[in-house]
Amino acid sequence: MADKIFYFLTFLSLISAMLVIFSRNPVHSVLYLILTFFCLSGHYILLNAQFLAAVNIIVYAGAIMVLFLFVIMFLNLREDTEPRKGMAAKLAAVVSGGLLLLIMVAALRTADMSTLNNPASFDSQIGLVENLGRVLFTDFLLPFELASVLFLVAMVGAVMLGKREAGERNF
Amino acid sequence: MQQYLPSDYLPIIVQLVLALGFVATTMLATNYIIPKIFRNRVHGKVKDDTWECGIEPQGDARTPISIKYFLTAILFVLFDVEIIFLYPWAVNFRSLGWLGFAEMIVFMTLLMAGFFYVIRKGVLNWD
Amino acid sequence: MELSVFIVKSIIILAVFGVSLLIATYSTWAERKIAAFLQDRPGPNRAGIFGLLQPIADAGKMFFKEDFIPRQANKWLFIAGPSLAMLTACMTSAVVPFGDTVLVNGAEVTVQGIDINIGILYVFGVVSLGVYGVMIGGWASNNKFSLLGAIRAASQNISYELAMGLSIIAILMMSGSLSLRTIVEQQHGMNWNIFFQPVGFIIFLTCAFAECNRTPFDLPECETELIGGYHTEYSSMKLGFYLFAEYINMFVSSAVIAVLYFGGYNYPGMDWVRESLIGGLGLNWGHNLATLVGTMVFFGKIFFFIFFFMWVRWTLPRFRYDQLMNLGWKGLIPLAILNVVLTGAGLLAGTRLLSWVLILGVVLVATIQAGTARKRTVAAGRLSKV
Repeated sequence: MADKIFYFLTFLSLISAMLVIFSRNPVHSVLYLILTFFCLSGHYILLNAQFLAAVNIIVYAGAIMVLFLFVIMFLNLREDTEPRKGMAAKLAAVVSGGLLLLIMVAALRTADMSTLNNPASFDSQIGLVENLGRVLFTDFLLPFELASVLFLVAMVGAVMLGKREAGERNF
Repeated sequence: MQQYLPSDYLPIIVQLVLALGFVATTMLATNYIIPKIFRNRVHGKVKDDTWECGIEPQGDARTPISIKYFLTAILFVLFDVEIIFLYPWAVNFRSLGWLGFAEMIVFMTLLMAGFFYVIRKGVLNWD
Repeated sequence: MELSVFIVKSIIILAVFGVSLLIATYSTWAERKIAAFLQDRPGPNRAGIFGLLQPIADAGKMFFKEDFIPRQANKWLFIAGPSLAMLTACMTSAVVPFGDTVLVNGAEVTVQGIDINIGILYVFGVVSLGVYGVMIGGWASNNKFSLLGAIRAASQNISYELAMGLSIIAILMMSGSLSLRTIVEQQHGMNWNIFFQPVGFIIFLTCAFAECNRTPFDLPECETELIGGYHTEYSSMKLGFYLFAEYINMFVSSAVIAVLYFGGYNYPGMDWVRESLIGGLGLNWGHNLATLVGTMVFFGKIFFFIFFFMWVRWTLPRFRYDQLMNLGWKGLIPLAILNVVLTGAGLLAGTRLLSWVLILGVVLVATIQAGTARKRTVAAGRLSKV
């Protein structure tokens, strides 16, 4: 049962991820991306990482995609005014995407699966919010506190971006 | 201690199928079947225009919007992530004790400093 | 999960789905009746006794209206808008614990769609998706008023989601769990969270109003400024979906408020009721009947809050947009954070009642402000006379 659901979810997430790239209308792309996030959350649930599944929905599908939609819908976006992307931009996109793939492969190569494959030490409850919180607020305390500095910087950056320019027309 | 497993989620499929079925059937009926049977869709040059207080529509609604809305959305993303950090903390609140409380106070203080800065800059002033 | 348990759960989900649709339908009738009562007029009274068939007549009328799609609109997104709004509204009720357990062939099954570790986050996640229906519908109409309504709705929803999330944190600190069932079980009898979290309750209630786009927060569909707001161009059942989704959301938020702050299916004397029912009817029937009584009590609480939503709608005027944003960002968010800090300090010091200090503080500040504000207007009046 579980592996059938897994294959179905994987199929669906691959299809919707393809559609993100191939749809002409950017709003359709955003909707397919939301569908992709749902499929990924389904995978998290299959792994019993329930908190991550919920966070994936709330932060990515519920917050970041709203921001994307804001930008796509409410900036002056028409097919005739859309700038053509040059060869350099395409090359840069390929290089950065390739680098991401490289990092992911490198991280997976060194991953240690022995604790998961050993039934004696396997704990199905490890991905739940109680255990996650305990680890986050004891072992990973410094990254957590540094995250607040990151938020501070992001807020200042947002304020800088939002400066009004003379002669703007909008409502 | 109750064991939580992925199989707890199976009934959600029933709900999803129900909701999708309900929405799809109703949309099919209102969008295709009923207009086809009753032929109550009437087209006309003026009628098919968007309705903007009875004044002839000028251009379309693909227009830029005030930057304030974008800033609200950006701030929302930041605060949303902050609140997500609070959930695992709140669940473990009793076992983390005063130390955990202090950790969160430090986190909150930094965040509130940013919030105060945003308010002082007048980003959240709507006039 | 065993097949028999799965079937019982499916029946529960089916029942809850039907009941929520029924309640949403009759909420429209109740809304009109309450509005009529508050404005001293009879309200709908032609279709059936007390106008009870009115919602069915309305639904029939909705179906046979012309289904209009403007020429400039983006057709598929125009259809997707109301569908998404309805879909998200229908998905929320899955995690709400509508009752204790039922005994089926000796196995205990909880009266709840899914009993999961992250129940409250599920609600939060689905609520955060509710904004898409409105945004996509408003944008796809390609109407300036719809666009303004959509962007107002989106900004309002995301702003109040923050305060909502923060107000729940204080509850979670006391319960130590995200599961809605655990939160309800801890409020056994009369041990309701409202007695320990008055500030959190007020913030949550306000945000629930804003998330449902109910008056005084119904700026997205404010007809004096925006015609109909985001659903200006909608007609037929597509419009019906937007309106219907609002009533389903109202039902679910009332249920969540009752679960979080008013003990869900708990009521004082529930142990005595259960024991005497089991004593009279045997374990199986007695237990199931006691669960049914609890569910009835829960629905009583839900109906009270639905009534409260309507009562407020016909009592308070609408906010101005800057007032709305100021209340959300500068009022509720700092207040919710203060509440979290105070609750935390109180819990570590061994008391759950420290949140009341905040309410005293707020009342004090409000009184002082009201006092000084009056002096100011009086002074201004004197000046103008001079």
